[in-house]
Amino acid sequence: MAGSYDRALTVFSPDGHLFQVDYALEAVRKGSCAVGVRGADVVVLGVEKKSVLKLQDERTVKKICMLDEHVCLAFAGLSADARVLINKARIECQSHRLTVEDSVSIEYITRYIAGVQQKYTQSGGVRPFGISTLIMGFDSDKVPKLYQTDPSGVYSAWKANSIGRSSKTVREFLEKNYKEDMNKAESIKLAIRSLLEVVQTGAKNIEIAIMGSDSIVQRLELAEIEAVVAEIEAENEKEKEKSKPSASQ
Amino acid sequence: METLFGITGKDFVITAYDSKAVASITLMKIGENKSRELNPHTLMLFSGEPGDGVHFSEYIERNIKLYGIRNGIELSPRAVASFARRELADSLRSRKPYSVNLLIAGFDVKTNKPSLYWLDHLASLADVPFAAHGYGAYYCLSLLDRYHREDITEEEGIKLLQKCVGELRNRMILNMPDFVAKVVNKDGIRIVQL
Repeated sequence: MAGSYDRALTVFSPDGHLFQVDYALEAVRKGSCAVGVRGADVVVLGVEKKSVLKLQDERTVKKICMLDEHVCLAFAGLSADARVLINKARIECQSHRLTVEDSVSIEYITRYIAGVQQKYTQSGGVRPFGISTLIMGFDSDKVPKLYQTDPSGVYSAWKANSIGRSSKTVREFLEKNYKEDMNKAESIKLAIRSLLEVVQTGAKNIEIAIMGSDSIVQRLELAEIEAVVAEIEAENEKEKEKSKPSASQ
Repeated sequence: METLFGITGKDFVITAYDSKAVASITLMKIGENKSRELNPHTLMLFSGEPGDGVHFSEYIERNIKLYGIRNGIELSPRAVASFARRELADSLRSRKPYSVNLLIAGFDVKTNKPSLYWLDHLASLADVPFAAHGYGAYYCLSLLDRYHREDITEEEGIKLLQKCVGELRNRMILNMPDFVAKVVNKDGIRIVQL
């Protein structure tokens, strides 16, 4: 069925698929997991950090990037494609400030990134970007925002979402455990707990960034993440203990 | 004509600009902002053609900001001045050049040294201990020659600036409104009362 319809991007298949876009989504599914959680007055982004090879300098591998002072982006998929898209978005943020003397709203920059991704699904000789993004930030209305884009150019707002490897599992976990109006600590814990579903090796492979209504990005140190992981593991232990006596009955 | 001043000291740079906006013989506005904060430790003052000044300085401001976001680190004052000079040089060799004169005052957080750069619309760049643009320069550069020392404190710097403004009030035919003074040091940029 795929046959000849997956060559040129600009060709629809008989059943209405753009196969290149579908394949781009596959590339995203191979990327490392990223998770976003929106709380009452805070947004949290978490990513699974791939283990750094022994001779590699850890500091040069960044998966959560600033687009402007009040907007943050995490991605899943091809890192090189992300670099190009992020660069375009950063220029657009400053260009927007230059022309209208106002910072971009989160929805505006999401729409722009989604627009760029869509353009590459409808041009000749190019392939789509192989990344989905999670964009978080605060507008001047001080309401937390979380958006997701994907290679097809679709974007939508979310309360919590995940992209990349095992995103389905993580999303189901988020659906089960998400509560409205969580505070900062609860949002961070939910983000880390959902990442621990896929990250086997613990805190050293998790990167977390938080933004509060003051629009300042705070990246958690390894020690802080380890503390939350320890807290989560202690809670899991307690759950196991509780369910043990009834099982032996 | 609009006057700009800049004076470096031990660990700071103090700058001042006259806050009036003039159109031919009319005073359009007092309280005009003739400065732009390019990054947390670099301030740029501009004078010359009014529209050109705002257009050029905002363009530089946005590009310096973009560099900061892209690279996660702020550009040094020396680099900022070089970038601005290059843009002026390119503009000079275009159909209609920008007609702006600049003072770029910065504090380099890596070397912990203050610096002041004098640029004009012909794309000259000079790294100077003190500088002025406009007619005010003719009256005050000699004052600054006489009283400036490399290691003056912020208080002495403010007093020196007050001397310069006083001289302009005495000798310039035009009425001098209040000058707005800003200090750049390791803590950033702040306004001071003259």
